[in-house]
Amino acid sequence: MKGNEALAEAALRAGCKCFFGYPITPQTEISAYLAKNMAKRGGTFLQAESEIAAVNMVLGASASGVRAMTSSSSPGISLKSEGISYLAGSDLPCVIVNVQRGGPGLGGIQPSQADYLQATKASGHGDFHILVYAPASVQETIDMTFTAFDTADRYRIPAMILSDGLLGQMMEPVVFPDIKAQITEKPWSCCGHKNERKHNIINSLYLCPDELEKSVRDRFEKYREIEKTCTDAELYLCDDAQIVVTAFGATARIAKSAVDIARSKGIKAGLFRPKTLYPFPKKELNNACAKAQRVLCVEMSMGQMVDDIKLALECRISVDFLGRTGGNIPSVKEVVDKITFIGKE
Amino acid sequence: MLTEILISGFGGQGVLFAGKCLAQAGMLAGMNVSWLPSYGPEMRGGTANCSVCLSDEQIGSPLISEPDILIAMNTPSFDRFVNTVKSNGSIFVDSSITDRVSDRNDISCRYIPTSRIAQENELSGMANIILLGKVLKNCKDKLGGVTFETLKDSLEHIIPKTKSALIEKNIQALMLGMA
Repeated sequence: MKGNEALAEAALRAGCKCFFGYPITPQTEISAYLAKNMAKRGGTFLQAESEIAAVNMVLGASASGVRAMTSSSSPGISLKSEGISYLAGSDLPCVIVNVQRGGPGLGGIQPSQADYLQATKASGHGDFHILVYAPASVQETIDMTFTAFDTADRYRIPAMILSDGLLGQMMEPVVFPDIKAQITEKPWSCCGHKNERKHNIINSLYLCPDELEKSVRDRFEKYREIEKTCTDAELYLCDDAQIVVTAFGATARIAKSAVDIARSKGIKAGLFRPKTLYPFPKKELNNACAKAQRVLCVEMSMGQMVDDIKLALECRISVDFLGRTGGNIPSVKEVVDKITFIGKE
Repeated sequence: MLTEILISGFGGQGVLFAGKCLAQAGMLAGMNVSWLPSYGPEMRGGTANCSVCLSDEQIGSPLISEPDILIAMNTPSFDRFVNTVKSNGSIFVDSSITDRVSDRNDISCRYIPTSRIAQENELSGMANIILLGKVLKNCKDKLGGVTFETLKDSLEHIIPKTKSALIEKNIQALMLGMA
């Protein structure tokens, strides 16, 4: 199955009842799949007039208590950022998919990871975070879609699946897990009180600074809990690794092939792959780097994850960087050459 | 074992379809597979290619930079990819579309006028599957579980039942390639 179609099917199986989107390459198969299948499965698909309309429809649907999703690619996500901030400020769960392409501006339509900082640090104005999941295969795209919906509901927080053009367009064999969607009760939702309870209010406007500060501080309590419990990472051959390569998403697959080749040449290399980008798996990274003398960060960007790696390691280990951008993908050979070069230093 | 196959040609020649058949056949044979199409400007400009990986182990990069096997169905594809093929690799060229010939002597090259063969056998548009047959015949040891049977099954999987006449024709093309 194609990555984008697998994601759409996973959303349906995870109990997503509303999808609002606007077409953009390389994410359009998500919309196309849901346009075809969502109504048949008891949901609502709507192609909005713009990305901004779509994300605000998600806000409305989520406020009414149903699982809702929107998807786009990089330029479209920028348009959605106002709505994402409102969703976070209203403590509303939802899933936002970003099948990244090259930027800035309209950029290109080839794969990229240059929205790392936007996703993890600046997905909108104000003091807030969203969960960010970074799948590295079509199967993991499916698994993470389930996790994203569940975790978003549990913490009343927006969750993003940070995919890219490569993962969205490629086909791989997949297995859909045989699990029922865990739909949690949402006593906070605005779904009609029938005069049986006090009405609920979903809002992100607090004109009194003390009230706003309290709501933000309460939310940060929640983030502390999330940072403790929701991190996830893959450690590959890290036990004795002297050079740890760090990469997420599609790039991590290229890095993994490179690590295997480096090992066959006798270089003790390993791979650290964060599966969650927020919360960032700091503890896992430090475990992966227990024996490391050097770290090499590989990305499809100009090095947006490098600072997070350095911070998590408290700059104890020197961090090199290898990246391609604009829609180009680093080759296995480029990564192997860089590992070999570092190994000789 | 990891075999990387790059199929490239004009849009409409069935480049993506041939790749899909191959990947599906590998999957039916219990192998790890990946299929990655070009979807960028080159596709919009008329040429398409796709990367198919077949492996016994987990597949790292789905993007192929040095294929073991190249199927080139037009001149731009030949020019772009022929020098990327691994040493001891194989290339299969539709020589009724391009008259390019490689001067490399570390790879095995086969030039087959598959589009003409397809037309002569009332299988026009199926040069892609004839070429798959050629690959199957000549690179058996590189394809793991991909055999005539799994490819036949994969065609039956991919082509909708409403177009069953096409299944027969594709199988014919496959056999023609293997002959």
